[in-house]
Amino acid sequence: MLYREAGEFKSTYQADQAILTIRQDRWFMWALLAVAFVLIPLVSSEYWLGTIMLPFLILALAALGLNVLTGYAGQLSLGTGGFMATGAFAAYKLATAFPELNILIVILMSGAITAGVGLLFGLPSLRIKGFYLAVATLASQFFLIWMFNKFGWFTNYSASGVISAPPMAVFGDNFVTGPYATAEAKYLFTLTLVVLFALMTKNLVRSNIGREWMAVRDMDIAAEIIGIKMLPTKLKAFAYSSFLCGIAGALWAFVYTGSVEPLAFDVNRSFQILFMIIIGGLGSIMGAFLGSAFIVLLPIFLSNAPHWVGLNIPVDLISHIEFMVFGALIIFFLIVEPHGLARLWQLLKEKLRLWPFPY
Amino acid sequence: MYERKLGDVVLQVDGISLSFGAMRVLNNISFNVRQGEIRSIIGPNGAGKSSMLNVINGVYHPQQGAITYRGKTRDLMKVHEAAQQGIARTFQNIALFKGMSTLDNIMTGRNLKIKSNMLQQAIYWGKAQREEIEHRRKVEEIIDFLEIQAIRKIPVGKLPYGMQKRVELGRALAAEPDLLLLDEPMAGMNVEEKEDMCRFVLDINDEFGTTIVLIEHDMGVVMDLSDRVVVLDYGLQLADGPPDEVRRNQAVIDAYLGVSN
Ligand SMILES: Nc1ncnc2c1ncn2[C@@H]1O[C@H](COP(=O)(O)OP(=O)(O)OP(=O)(O)O)[C@@H](O)[C@H]1O
Ligand SMILES: [Mg+2]
Repeated sequence: MLYREAGEFKSTYQADQAILTIRQDRWFMWALLAVAFVLIPLVSSEYWLGTIMLPFLILALAALGLNVLTGYAGQLSLGTGGFMATGAFAAYKLATAFPELNILIVILMSGAITAGVGLLFGLPSLRIKGFYLAVATLASQFFLIWMFNKFGWFTNYSASGVISAPPMAVFGDNFVTGPYATAEAKYLFTLTLVVLFALMTKNLVRSNIGREWMAVRDMDIAAEIIGIKMLPTKLKAFAYSSFLCGIAGALWAFVYTGSVEPLAFDVNRSFQILFMIIIGGLGSIMGAFLGSAFIVLLPIFLSNAPHWVGLNIPVDLISHIEFMVFGALIIFFLIVEPHGLARLWQLLKEKLRLWPFPY
Repeated sequence: MYERKLGDVVLQVDGISLSFGAMRVLNNISFNVRQGEIRSIIGPNGAGKSSMLNVINGVYHPQQGAITYRGKTRDLMKVHEAAQQGIARTFQNIALFKGMSTLDNIMTGRNLKIKSNMLQQAIYWGKAQREEIEHRRKVEEIIDFLEIQAIRKIPVGKLPYGMQKRVELGRALAAEPDLLLLDEPMAGMNVEEKEDMCRFVLDINDEFGTTIVLIEHDMGVVMDLSDRVVVLDYGLQLADGPPDEVRRNQAVIDAYLGVSN
């Protein structure tokens, strides 16, 4: 009985409305943050920080964005890649047109621009739902990528269609993009933003707007009858979701890869993020992180695991296995546990709460 | 039942006719609802009772007739506007937000009263947090009133039917409505649950002064609770009056009471 809520009586609504109401959960969260901010930068290699932690965090942010739209507000979207591309190209145009802008401003403004684009592409959601909305967002995905490829203005007429981030620092010479940026700086910068946006998202979903999103998701006609306006509520979800996806795209292009072409944000990216939230858990903040960790780490695990047990499996077979594992898992989660890994984690905690007594 | 003094007319339904394609669902229906009364609509299955509620709160738009609410004859109304005017309702087939807890469902009922904007909610500090706490307090009063403390944190999809009906009533009450439309709140309940629900309806009417329009099949309940009763049958209005009078009406006996029991 180490993990329990018994004996914790909340005397105020404020305490009962806290993000984590169980003491052990709070400790766990602080420990996790300490590990993320202190331990990982201390012990991780450049490779781990730069090629595993960075994409994990950035994709988790995009998954968070999609989870707001799909998991909380119930609007299925296949346009995540397009919105990430919008963020990346907006950041590039801003950073090259106004070189004196701070990277933070550039990134936030790219998010805001993407929010505007998301708002626009969210307009059809008032009329169409479900499958048809998914097709409409897919169309916006193709349109956006086509647009960034087609018009040289977006890449400042670079012949290859690739954009490269100029070196930029948060303050002084703390570079987070370009050749002078260290893996630690990039990691800590990204981590800070991702943690802040995760907190912000959690706040939104536990407030009125979050309840309105879920109401629209669960029963739109009842939502309307209690006074929730469909269009603004859905558009807010599209805008905020795109805001996060845009920031993820900007971070991807600027901080993670440094240079990027529109293809990095094609429809496969949209599906990848969608799979993350299906596996991680629809309508869960933690689900976005679990899903991203899973999808980033699984290929690495699959390509290394055979060596650990002394097997030698050809690379192409491994990538086939990867596809099969993903496919099977997605079907499993869709059918058996739509709330994903986050729900399994929840169940584990519920068991733990009763342990060692089953009743 | 003792003689109750009825207030002014708050809702006037005038010559409402509603059709779906060739099917006439409501045919020239007229009645009024007075401040503070419990007004019942009865009639056999398919009589058009639920459709009448849908007309009152703007979900269905009648082809003919007028609805006057608080002295204002309304134009074509959007669904969310009814809530803004203080009209709340529950549904015959429970329409809760299944993935959300009891608490969140009822909190959502207060959405129109929350004034903080999205940015304030994102930061969850100051106004947004104060509002959450203040509305939580109000919601807890409703939870106490409906005696559903034990299920506050449970996702409503997992609750038994009778409890879901209560939560739905709670969500409607959270809006502090002036006019409450209840579509068969006791359907499918056992005797004990029915008694509880009757008590809640009476208390809501009595303590909060809420005007109630009630659809109910259980004649005992209707006769006990209602101040006045409208009887519909296949879209036609058969009778309108106090329970005793309606009970003695020959057309009602023939068309409805005789058939159903
Ligand atoms: N949206 C709709 N489209 C088509 N027909 C409808 C619609 N809503 C109601 N009807 C029809 O109108 C008629 C009256 O339905 P309504 O639900 O109002 O009856 P009711 O009196 O509430 O019956 P019950 O006691 O079974 O709830 C029924 O024949 C029904 O099929
Ligand atoms: Mg009905």
